[in-house]
Amino acid sequence: MASASVIEVGGLQPRRRSLFASLRGGLQGSEYAWAIAFCIPYVGVFIAFVVFPVLYGLWLGHAPALYVELFNDPIYQQTVVNTILYLVIGVNVKMFLALLLSGFFMRKGWWVKGLLMVYVLPWAVPALPTFISIHWMLNTEWGLINNVIWDVFHVDGPGWLDTSRWLALGSVITTYIWKNMPFWTVILLAGRMAIPQELYEAAEVDGATGIRRFIHVSFPLMANLYLVCTLLSTIFTLGDFNTAYFISGGGPALSTHVLATLGIRDAFEIARPQLGVAAVLSALPLMIPLVILLMHKLRTSEVQL
Amino acid sequence: MSAVTADQLPKKPNYRGRRIVGEALALALGVVLAIWTLAPLYNMFMVALESHNDVFSTSIWPADPSPYSFWIVFTEGYWYLEYFWHQYANSIYIGFWTVFLTLWIGTMVSYSIGRMRIKFGWLLTNAALLTYLVPASFLAIPFYRMMQSYGLGNNVWSIIAVEVTFATPYAIFIFQQYGRSIPLELDEAARIDGASPIQVYFRVYLPLMAPALVAVGTYALLLAWNEYLYQFLLLSNKRSMTVPVALAQFLNSDESPWNYMMATSIVYAIPPVIIYYLFRGRMTAGLTMGGVKG
Repeated sequence: MASASVIEVGGLQPRRRSLFASLRGGLQGSEYAWAIAFCIPYVGVFIAFVVFPVLYGLWLGHAPALYVELFNDPIYQQTVVNTILYLVIGVNVKMFLALLLSGFFMRKGWWVKGLLMVYVLPWAVPALPTFISIHWMLNTEWGLINNVIWDVFHVDGPGWLDTSRWLALGSVITTYIWKNMPFWTVILLAGRMAIPQELYEAAEVDGATGIRRFIHVSFPLMANLYLVCTLLSTIFTLGDFNTAYFISGGGPALSTHVLATLGIRDAFEIARPQLGVAAVLSALPLMIPLVILLMHKLRTSEVQL
Repeated sequence: MSAVTADQLPKKPNYRGRRIVGEALALALGVVLAIWTLAPLYNMFMVALESHNDVFSTSIWPADPSPYSFWIVFTEGYWYLEYFWHQYANSIYIGFWTVFLTLWIGTMVSYSIGRMRIKFGWLLTNAALLTYLVPASFLAIPFYRMMQSYGLGNNVWSIIAVEVTFATPYAIFIFQQYGRSIPLELDEAARIDGASPIQVYFRVYLPLMAPALVAVGTYALLLAWNEYLYQFLLLSNKRSMTVPVALAQFLNSDESPWNYMMATSIVYAIPPVIIYYLFRGRMTAGLTMGGVKG
């Protein structure tokens, strides 16, 4: 863990007063023009494709009546519950397993290295093909999972996606964990590898091994990284459209939508863009504190993510 | 110290036994992990190698494996696949321009903020960080309407604009982080020798940033290749759409030829996997260095 913050507040505090800077005393004339010119493409992209859509979205979803309609809609109420379950269970189970598995991948041996290469495949393969594959695996009659259940137990497997809301939501969350766990494992593995070996040696002399070494040495050193990863993952998961859309498609009976998919459905399937935007904007009370906290953490924390 | 070793001596054989048990448990966990990881990928290959009738059977391995589905994909031999290579080319085109523009815009602004130390550079850094934290899918609806009113519906350039928008914040992140390891004195030396800012940018900054360029380029390429939502919303014409959009259309059609779909999926998924493994070291370094996008 280096001590540099992730984002430098450039320009405010020059680290060293160099010969050149003191000769020049800051940017002047054509220098300044060049510096401005170099920023123009990014500023243009930011205004045209971030600021403008955000303002446009806020304008589309500004009418209070939309929110009254939304909150009285049972599908929306279910969607909020789904989204919360998706975030709380999906993110935390994934991060916790990733934390444990990052310890597993610290083991020495050729087969662990080989397994790591295989293990990152879900992350390396594009989301869509694997989600379509999992969707088919969960098919009640012809899917791989129920075929295996039949071969092993000689009973019919459940209808994963078309009978029960909880089975379908569970399938979505499990797929989400399958897809995203490798990535965070790699991040936490990098965090673990940054812990100096001497600390472990010192802890061992003091008698801390195994689980106690994890509780008293590894975890305190990784706690901040773990927290930042969890927060980041929460915000990315909030915007996750593909998993729910391709695994359950919101079904059965529109009971497994999350906010990201419900917004798109409202806007494009029932052609009410204002309502779709309102559904998305209703996540702001969760998003704004998360964004503020993360901006603060990423700029000031000692953790280099 | 001696107390510790004396304490350990009688336990030695026990430790060895424990290590064997530990190794066995680790192996068991490894097997479980491998099955968990590979099952959906195995399913992809299994279905792709089956005939249409065998897909609708209860077997758990292909009864009569044949590469026929891949042949259909390669020769565009099914009505849903009639523009497959065209769509593949669209994906490549979008990927190429996304990488180029992301690197260009990202290095320019990072150079201005990090090297020329422009006033209010921190504002731009924060703007990038904020963009990074806003989920892309939340902007889809206004973005769609905006693109329609610009007349960019069904135009791959609307997709390139989206991918560049969401790739540049990460690029700025990484470039600033990496740029700090390059001594500012190099720029100053070049400037004293009479180089203009743009010469310093091309001759000093860009060559020294090469490793970060590779990491960000790979990231942008994979982002553009794998992204679905915007491509689905903005591209509806068969000739302008990309592979993932065509794939999802398959899924929603009345008769889903699963074996062709899975073969298409594999052909679509192989290039990013190869690129991922080729640049894996750099990517991981980049991810741990700057930040992450899940």
